[in-house]
Amino acid sequence: MDDALAINRWQFTFTITFHYLFPQLTMGLALLIVMLKSLAVWKNDDRFNRAAQFWGKVFGISFFFGVITGIPMEFQFGTNWARFARFAGGVIGQTLAMEGVFAFFLESSFLGLFLFGEKRLGRWGHWLASVLVFLGSWLSGYFIIVTNAWMQHPVGYIVASDGSVHLSSFWALLLNPWAIWQYLHNMNGSVVTASLVMTSVGAYYLLSREQVEYGQMFLKLGVITACIASFLQAMPTGDMQAKLVARHQPAAFAAMEGLFKTEQGAAMVIIGQPDVENQRLDNPIMIPNMLSFLTYQRWGAEVKGLEAFPREEWPDHIPLLYYSYHIMIGLGTIFIGITSIAVFLLWRGWLFQSRWMLWILMLSFPFPFIANTAGWVTAEVGRQPWLVYGLLRTSQGTSPLVSAGNGLFTLLGFMGMYTILAILFLFLMWREIDHGPKALESTHDQSQPEQEGGKA
Amino acid sequence: MQPVWFVLVALMLTVYVVLDGFDLGAGIIHLLVGKTDRERRTVLRSIGPVWDGNEVWLLATGGTLYCMFPVLYAASFSGFYLPLMMVLWLLMLRGMGIELRGHIENPMWHSFWDVVFAASSALLAIFLGAALGNVIRGVPLNAEGYFFEPLWTNFQPGPHPGILDWYTVLAGLVALVALTTHGAAYVAAKTLETVNERARQAGLLSSRILILLTPISLAATLVVRPAMLDNYRAHWWGLVFPLLVVGGLIGLEFFWRTGKDGMVFLSSTTYLVGMLGGAAFGLFPTVLPASTDTTHSLTIYNASTGEYGLSIGLTWWCVGMLLATGYFTYLYRSFQGKVLVEDSQAQG
Repeated sequence: MDDALAINRWQFTFTITFHYLFPQLTMGLALLIVMLKSLAVWKNDDRFNRAAQFWGKVFGISFFFGVITGIPMEFQFGTNWARFARFAGGVIGQTLAMEGVFAFFLESSFLGLFLFGEKRLGRWGHWLASVLVFLGSWLSGYFIIVTNAWMQHPVGYIVASDGSVHLSSFWALLLNPWAIWQYLHNMNGSVVTASLVMTSVGAYYLLSREQVEYGQMFLKLGVITACIASFLQAMPTGDMQAKLVARHQPAAFAAMEGLFKTEQGAAMVIIGQPDVENQRLDNPIMIPNMLSFLTYQRWGAEVKGLEAFPREEWPDHIPLLYYSYHIMIGLGTIFIGITSIAVFLLWRGWLFQSRWMLWILMLSFPFPFIANTAGWVTAEVGRQPWLVYGLLRTSQGTSPLVSAGNGLFTLLGFMGMYTILAILFLFLMWREIDHGPKALESTHDQSQPEQEGGKA
Repeated sequence: MQPVWFVLVALMLTVYVVLDGFDLGAGIIHLLVGKTDRERRTVLRSIGPVWDGNEVWLLATGGTLYCMFPVLYAASFSGFYLPLMMVLWLLMLRGMGIELRGHIENPMWHSFWDVVFAASSALLAIFLGAALGNVIRGVPLNAEGYFFEPLWTNFQPGPHPGILDWYTVLAGLVALVALTTHGAAYVAAKTLETVNERARQAGLLSSRILILLTPISLAATLVVRPAMLDNYRAHWWGLVFPLLVVGGLIGLEFFWRTGKDGMVFLSSTTYLVGMLGGAAFGLFPTVLPASTDTTHSLTIYNASTGEYGLSIGLTWWCVGMLLATGYFTYLYRSFQGKVLVEDSQAQG
């Protein structure tokens, strides 16, 4: 692989993977905060307000880290992928600009009011601010998913005389069927992350016998939400997404499943190591006929293996694609299992005493981040060797005059910067969780000064 | 359709400079006007609820520019590769300086982020000015519409210049002084007592430097790019921009002395609008002049997307901007008035 191309790919992979750790938490948290605010208004119980305030602080910190790691993303289309930017700008420029105009203004304006304007806004006004922050962050997600969905499955465009694409149908772009399912799957995944983080914090409070009252509240809301979201993540959103991949990106689908040979009644692989050279799977454990059934609803249906496609159509990192897909599916299945048991224990009234379960729940928080990241790796590596599926190869998308040396300089710079960011984030997060909602009760009455400085 | 978008993108960029300009300026004078922790918190709180929204104008402008003129976006972002990456890092550091400072009560933690905030604000102002200087001077575009500029070559604005040459450094300095003035006016208008007094002193000094630097920079522009005068010769109404610049400078000198902070802010805004509007007026319809061969220059016609995209974009842009104006009006009204900070630390 050409040096500059490899460095550009590494830099984008690194910066976007790091960035997405934050939005996947904040988008889900935005929904949970709306739930807490609604409970506070409905039950007229101030503890829910306090809980919403606490998660608002966590949200504020994560949102801030999401913003500052998100700005490079908008820049890098131009800096590192200039030929792609020029090729696709007529289409994806629309959604990226709309994200700025419709989502960012909404979020940035109302987040400050939500975090610092509780007294000023009153009960309903503050509830509305939380809803608008939620709306802004989910809208932002939609425009990004539409952009990505267009790269996965281009629609609504015409090829202009200079070879670049121009928009031909605004609504075809915005209502791309790929985008709809990808959006639901992605946002629901974000809810899984946020609700498991909430569950984990709740379990931590119970296990350390601090702020028990809030711990129970977080566990209850977190576990129920996580359970519903985990089921929805598999069915229908994940299932529909997989069917779209099978239909429109069959080579990627075969690689994800580790299917080298075309088979009738293809088996679903649970575990095993792909050997691309010899085109086989080592140590496989599989469920016979299951893949055919899940994909085509017939036990004997034919599923095309990699052998059915020319080599230059194969994704360029087959083992990575295969593993990331299986990590996502495996973790998703485990989430369904754990949260179902937890909800059962909650229903029986045993959850708060089941220390073994609380330990499992407390330690679960890193895994939804891993699952969501693995899901994105699956989508993006699966799209290779295309940058825009069927239209533009990744190797044709880089900036023609940016050398590998300049690229490496900035990649190293990002690595250094993000290491510091990661340490600061963990440190600040730990402090917030350690203080918890209880700390807010004592300071609440003196309240915030009229004008508050830092927002996060 | 293209001229409409040229005007709208220039307008968005001007709004960005006017809004984010004052919080960058507040950062530049942060260490000068704030000596104690309480004073520094006053400066930070004066921009606290709005700086993030102000910065969104940069993203929205960038997004809109990309949408309507993708060829320009691809050429300039890859051509200015290194300085843009540095701008990114500075934006990150600056945000951290503002947002993370209040999280921990420790004087060392505070001074560290105060310096980060001030230094990154000053460097960003210089970078933004130098960027505008590059666009006016021209860049070495090739026949495919791409270029790559190193940070510096021999500091001469020839056909193969670096990002920094004597002209763009001058432009960076003008931006630094102009935003210092603008930020001082904002801080003065939002604060009382010592912070207010020091902001006035800093603002008056920087206004006077600005009165000196502005004619020099305009003369330098005519040396580096005489073609900037063509549009002014053809359309007399373009003189409105230099008049705004002069009016803004007179207003600065006058109102600083009479102590009307609000009017000073209006004057520095007038100055910024005049400078940016004047540059855009002089460039039109070119958006990125080539220093190598003028036929390689990017104009609004060879850098824009298709007609359908331009017109459908106008529809949603108008709706979106109407909403955004509404949010901003509400936000600024919610936080209007002077900033008051208690001695005891009540930040959560």
